[in-house]
Amino acid sequence: MLVSTKWLAEYVNTQGLDPKDLGEKITRSGIEVDAVIDRTQGMTNVVVGYVKECVKHPEADKLNICQVDVGEETTQIICGAPNVAEGQKVIVARPGAVLPGGIKIKKAKLRGEESNGMICSLQELGIEGRLVPKAYAEGIYVLPETAVPGESALPLLGLDDTILELGLTPNRSDALSMLGVAYEVGAILSEDMKYPEATYTESDEKASDYLSLRVDAIEENPMYVAKVVKNVQIKESPLWLQHRLMAAGVRPHNNVVDITNYVLMEYGQPLHAFDYDRLETKELVIRLANEGEKIVTLDDQERTLKSNNLVITNGKEPVAIAGVMGGANSEVHDGTTTVAIESAYFAGGSVRQTSKDQNLRSDASARFEKGVDPNRVILAAERAASLLAELAGGEVLAGSVVVDELDKTPVEVVVSPDFINNRLGMKISLEDMTSILTRLKFDHQAANGYLYINAPTRRQDIKIPEDIVEEIARMYGYDEIPMTLPVEESKPGGLTSYQAKRRQVRAYLEGAGLYQAITYSLTSKEMSQKFALETAPVTELLMPMSEERSTLRQSLIPHLLDAVSYNTARQADTVALYEVGSVFLGETESGLPHEQEHLAAVIAGKWVDHSWQGEKKAVDFFVLKGIIEGLMELLGHSKELTFERAVVEGLHPGRTASIKLAGEGIGLIGQLHPSEQKVRDLKDTYVVELNLAKVLNKEVEALYYAPVSKFPSITRDIALVVDSEKAAGELQAIIQLSGGRLLKAVHLFDLYEGEKMEPGKKSVAFSLTYFDPERTLTDEEVVNAHNKVLKALAEQAGAELRG
Amino acid sequence: MEAQLQQLKEEALQKIEASQNVKELNDVRVAYLGKKGPITDLLKGMGKLPAEERPKMGALVNVVREEVTEVLEARMTLLQEQAIQAQLEKESLDVTLPGRPVKTGNHHPLTRVVEEIEDLFISMGYEIAEGPEVEKDYYNFEALNLPKGHPARDMQDSFYISEDILLRTHTSPVQARTMEAKEGKPIKIICPGKVYRRDNDDATHSHQFTQIEGLVIGENIRMSDLKGTLSVFAKKMFGEDREIRLRPSFFPFTEPSVEMDISCFKCGGSGCNVCKKTGWIEILGAGMVHPNVLEMAGYDSKKLSGFAFGMGPERIAMLKYGVEDIRHFYTNDVRFLSQFHRTEV
Repeated sequence: MLVSTKWLAEYVNTQGLDPKDLGEKITRSGIEVDAVIDRTQGMTNVVVGYVKECVKHPEADKLNICQVDVGEETTQIICGAPNVAEGQKVIVARPGAVLPGGIKIKKAKLRGEESNGMICSLQELGIEGRLVPKAYAEGIYVLPETAVPGESALPLLGLDDTILELGLTPNRSDALSMLGVAYEVGAILSEDMKYPEATYTESDEKASDYLSLRVDAIEENPMYVAKVVKNVQIKESPLWLQHRLMAAGVRPHNNVVDITNYVLMEYGQPLHAFDYDRLETKELVIRLANEGEKIVTLDDQERTLKSNNLVITNGKEPVAIAGVMGGANSEVHDGTTTVAIESAYFAGGSVRQTSKDQNLRSDASARFEKGVDPNRVILAAERAASLLAELAGGEVLAGSVVVDELDKTPVEVVVSPDFINNRLGMKISLEDMTSILTRLKFDHQAANGYLYINAPTRRQDIKIPEDIVEEIARMYGYDEIPMTLPVEESKPGGLTSYQAKRRQVRAYLEGAGLYQAITYSLTSKEMSQKFALETAPVTELLMPMSEERSTLRQSLIPHLLDAVSYNTARQADTVALYEVGSVFLGETESGLPHEQEHLAAVIAGKWVDHSWQGEKKAVDFFVLKGIIEGLMELLGHSKELTFERAVVEGLHPGRTASIKLAGEGIGLIGQLHPSEQKVRDLKDTYVVELNLAKVLNKEVEALYYAPVSKFPSITRDIALVVDSEKAAGELQAIIQLSGGRLLKAVHLFDLYEGEKMEPGKKSVAFSLTYFDPERTLTDEEVVNAHNKVLKALAEQAGAELRG
Repeated sequence: MEAQLQQLKEEALQKIEASQNVKELNDVRVAYLGKKGPITDLLKGMGKLPAEERPKMGALVNVVREEVTEVLEARMTLLQEQAIQAQLEKESLDVTLPGRPVKTGNHHPLTRVVEEIEDLFISMGYEIAEGPEVEKDYYNFEALNLPKGHPARDMQDSFYISEDILLRTHTSPVQARTMEAKEGKPIKIICPGKVYRRDNDDATHSHQFTQIEGLVIGENIRMSDLKGTLSVFAKKMFGEDREIRLRPSFFPFTEPSVEMDISCFKCGGSGCNVCKKTGWIEILGAGMVHPNVLEMAGYDSKKLSGFAFGMGPERIAMLKYGVEDIRHFYTNDVRFLSQFHRTEV
């Protein structure tokens, strides 16, 4: 909402406050002022001129040489506007003038002819092109004949004004009108209101003789008022009206249309003017549209209506989409002589639906959607009639045609001063409260320890005691509220075990060298299931903004890979990222997808880079595996952790494993498939994804200390020759199972495949630690245990000791 | 014999002087003082002397022996020191060479902000509540006093999955769910999480972003409690000398509703580019829980009251660290992420 402070001062005394200060007061007490706009924009030396003579420039077709009376002298100005003509009153920027944007006007010569200034268009004075009346959109602006040469043009154009741009919240639709803002300002400044006048002489003829009215959809349209005005003369509106409209962000058209828009801005009540003769039927019928019914609206668009769209018809066909936009067939035009003015109450929900269906929003629909003041429907119609009489020479027919089933009773709110003070934590006196209610012009009474308030119908946001709490507080001043802390039973706060563990997981991964990434949950349908740990239906948006963000992810890996690509393309030699976030799988009973918290990580590039000491190592499978092993150790699951070769689409078939805890799948790890790496222009990249929720929710044994033994352990190393295919994990498992209770640790320390081995064979070396916490082991005991291990290895894995 | 002894002594002292390292000196020791050395030989040869000369001679030999030993020990100490010195010189490092890097990652800046806020409120007795990112229309809107067709729904155009299911547009549904689960009992929670709105991504908009909200419900919770709590928060996050101010605003789920500004932490209130010359920076929205919200979750709004507040960690991080484009938080550029490594406490 754009509020001209000059216009506002017509309804409320703003006490000569500087517009900035006024804006600050409004902001602090309720409505945010987004901007304070000085319409002069620093302009100077812009005056009224009279074009005494206008001849073509001998050297240039498109230029005119004008002799312009600028008050103190007559001076020559070259003008290129197509509409400049002798006898016009125009806007002249004199030499030395400064125009918006800091443009300085100087004396100049144009094709040999002297030019002492510039004849201006409205755009050159900083008015947006979309607001300039069509007649002047392509050229200079022509002032009324009454303008006096030499006088400043700014007041004439209303440009000596400051606009307050209000950022209105949806509850304050009452401030979508100048009067509404005036009420607010009046309350803030404790000033009284001055209401607009609506006086006119009615003709002998009755409106009801000209027009009949029927409403077939009373729920959507509980109140409809039409007035008929005869003998109007369509012409330009007076300048004051035009510039007020432009200040409010509305383009002037002609006096009739401008008046409806002016009253809309003044009262917040949308009006519509029909060309009475073009209605043809002398009848208005308001009904729901027939599905598929068509209408061409004022913007020359043909629109197909839906059966829940409310329309105004002439009894045969639609002539307007109710509350949204009029129809072209009944539009007021230059030859219009009789107009029917509509002032109605259309239900907010109905207008919102129609506006949405038609993808058409207007100043009218914006107001109806939020609810207009039921008590202004008639006032606005009368105000329009009076302006039509005054500015269009119209003859207002007696009375109106009316359908009115609208409930206009104010909402009564009963609230005790104690309630207000308790809610605020303050001690405001009853006197102060009633004084505020008086300033707000809320009808109220104090009795029996309660305040009885009839909320004005313009303030549809006032319904319950809490609303009064807010009104009192904002007018009293939020700065006055003291600062306290809640008094209650004291209870320790904290993280749940899950949340605490998740923080430890983050800290561990970061300690291991990974940066935390946060990527988008929405992805393309194609990528959504890639690398998913389980197969489940995807969750798609009904109306995605793009295919790229149409489906919820089922794996965190794809977007992390995007991040690797992004960083690699920007010369990062190492990328190590992890993310903790939800994936969305299938559908639960409640209809929501199953949200699972996952952990994923990606690594690419160098892992160790300490070049000057000659240490350098690229990332590999085992770097990432080691990180996961360490994580499981941190979480107390290392004993249950196993890795099994697996095949996953998009990953290297020989370098991928599923990750299991006690045999249950919890994730995958692997190298990105070389062909995927190629597509993404990446070097070797490794990925891992875990079902974090499952891991963190898994039971862990209580941490219990094992006494540190006084007795020594005995270590035996073995090098085994096995088939190349034999998995080291399998050998390790055999050793662990066969080693008995004395075998405390098994550690793989060497792997050899190469020339010195028989083809198809490899050597794997383990270090076995035997230990008894109670005593020193004898050689014999160790030999016995160790022999069992060797036997098992030979029998179960065909392993031979390497000679 | 005496002369012989003197000569030996001279010889030994010369050799001691001439030895250049510990090994050479040890050789001298063995040569002159060892069991097979000439001095020992002299002692052994004393048997041939007349008995009355023996004590005198013995004493003389011992004196020479002690003298030589003393000089040798002194030389030994010197040479050992020189040897250590030489070793140290050989081992000295260019200490300006770079150390072996310990590569660690760090929190995403948004997590950093969220955890800082979480920890502050945990210290004030709050718990952390979380909820689903895909929500029912009921919890996202209706339970928060935003019935279907409510004008305020326009404020946050949403991503719907079906007519009744959508990506949550704020973390407030966690409040609604918590209230429902607590069945009328007091609540003190902080709800952080991801939220989604139909916005085109640009420098100040992101279709996915984070929110963190707080909710306190109890007997006689007052607006002054909200103001006091927010003041503690502002001072902790933005500096002890921060002041706060409340401005009226509107949220469907609170009444009264306010927005909180803090005095600018950069200029202290005199006006700068961070606060757009106003001296104040808008930080969060808050208010007293709307009675409809309480009632819908089964709370008696006559007996219990509450306050709620909500803010955007992106905005806080942008203000605090001077980040100019919200998209940086979701690009995961390592050059950006790695700047949030150091501690701030």
